[in-house]
Amino acid sequence: MEWEVVIGLETHTQLQTNSKIFSGASVKYGAEPNTQACEVSLALPGVLPVLNKQAVHCAIKFGLAINAHIAPRSVFARKNYFYPDLPKGYQISQFELPVVGKGAITIQVPAAGKQEAYEKVVNITRAHLEEDAGKSVHGAVESMSGIDLNRAGTPLLEIVTEPDMRSAAEAVAYAKKLHELVQWIGICDGNMQEGSFRCDVNVSVRPKGSDKLGTRREIKNLNSFKFMTQAIEYETRWQIETLEDGGKIQQATVLFNPDTGETRAMRSKEEANDYRYFPDPDLLPLIITEADKARVSADMPELPAAMKARLEAQYGLSSYDANSLTSSRDLADYFIATITAGAEAKQTANWVMGSLSAKLNSEDKSISHSPISAEQLAQLLKRISDGTISNNAAKQVFEAMWQGEGEADAIIAAKGLKQESDSGAIEAIIDEVLAANAAMVEEFKAGKEKAFNALVGQAMKASKGKANPAQVNDILKKKLQA
Amino acid sequence: MALSIEDIKKVAHLARIEINENDANATLSKLSGILALIEQMQAVDTSGIEPMSHAQDLSQRLRDDVVTKTNLRDEFQKNAPILGNGSQEPAVAGGLYLVPKVIE
Repeated sequence: MEWEVVIGLETHTQLQTNSKIFSGASVKYGAEPNTQACEVSLALPGVLPVLNKQAVHCAIKFGLAINAHIAPRSVFARKNYFYPDLPKGYQISQFELPVVGKGAITIQVPAAGKQEAYEKVVNITRAHLEEDAGKSVHGAVESMSGIDLNRAGTPLLEIVTEPDMRSAAEAVAYAKKLHELVQWIGICDGNMQEGSFRCDVNVSVRPKGSDKLGTRREIKNLNSFKFMTQAIEYETRWQIETLEDGGKIQQATVLFNPDTGETRAMRSKEEANDYRYFPDPDLLPLIITEADKARVSADMPELPAAMKARLEAQYGLSSYDANSLTSSRDLADYFIATITAGAEAKQTANWVMGSLSAKLNSEDKSISHSPISAEQLAQLLKRISDGTISNNAAKQVFEAMWQGEGEADAIIAAKGLKQESDSGAIEAIIDEVLAANAAMVEEFKAGKEKAFNALVGQAMKASKGKANPAQVNDILKKKLQA
Repeated sequence: MALSIEDIKKVAHLARIEINENDANATLSKLSGILALIEQMQAVDTSGIEPMSHAQDLSQRLRDDVVTKTNLRDEFQKNAPILGNGSQEPAVAGGLYLVPKVIE
């Protein structure tokens, strides 16, 4: 039988705030245990939550970015369960009335094998505000678990999709797109190692063509795209094999083990799932007005999809180039700064995504820490366009600029890389080469095309690589045909 | 809606309340009484009335995103639970609150 996998994602994005969602405790990462756990984080008796304005601002921003319905009135609810890292015995979340309703994100699924690249719309069911739990630390004290509540109360936006994805590749393309978007609009730092962006993936399988959903298992807390691919592929195979062997899928929460590449059931869900949500009497409804939305909207940068379209229309870039350049705001800003400084767009796109990206990757640097500024790169590219230096020489200048040797013009002068474009001088060189290589000239005249390239090589060598190659070609051709 | 003794036991378990057979039966009749009251209230026609999520008809006040809390860990940890494993000291170590081992 042919099977189809059905995937939906729930992503917890940590919102970029200074303080917690319901208290004035700091959310800075990496502090000593419990030094940022105030009385609200600890759930001491008598404390009350007060909602953080910035967290609401972030939620509205996300809603606007995905063209979603933003609830004029949303409600906080208690999700009840017991766990040592949750001192209140409930998590404050949103249930029936989330702050962000239905929206959509367009993803680009890359080509793989015979499958060409394609676009797909992933529908967002909802996004709601909630607080994070604390952390359990094992192994510090014999037969005990340690609890660090610094993270308890950190603001999260949980973003939930419809079960719209049909392969690991689509799920990862969505996760990457979302990861780019939340950083682009500045609501999340996207740091997956520190847990700022965590994905839970719901996976089920069904016979191809069926419109009924199979029983799903939820893979918890994937914090890298590589693990996400491995986990989904393993889980899909496991479910298909189980069903083909006559077994049944039990709804469950599973963990992915990166060492074995396998998923393993964590707990059966029926009971744990009974969260007995009810509206939190400690919090009043959250009201968002049109004026609130307009204020946030004014603070919104040009979105990546709009910028991609603009790069294609305004600068004639290909869809592929425009998509790559808008994969992060820093990259897009760098590109725009380079062309604003006078470089040509297509050439800039090639250099930024080619030599510059390769160099940044090899030294594990981000574009915002590039040793070569956009203005410096623009000067170099202008020297290629105006014929001052050849592409080869440009690579040398680029290396020198990377090493901090100064501006392009200074490096070109210091290294004597200026290309010879004076046709009189080039003619003189070619005349010498022709005289010294009479045999090659004969070969060319006898019909050997290869001899032409050899002569070009000799002329370039005689000019110490400085002659403009296009001019050498032209002049040599004329002389040989004369 | 009729409650069963199993419902009582399940709710008690979810709330981590230990309950014996006698108390379960007593709770069953009390909770059933409360549900009967709610059923009576549900007979009232509320069509066209927007449901409230809070007894007060007010909206949530928002707080500026400013860190106002200082580190009071040492004070708080003096008040940490005593685990009852012979020690009378609050169960903390290296800044962590200690609890019986949790394994998933």
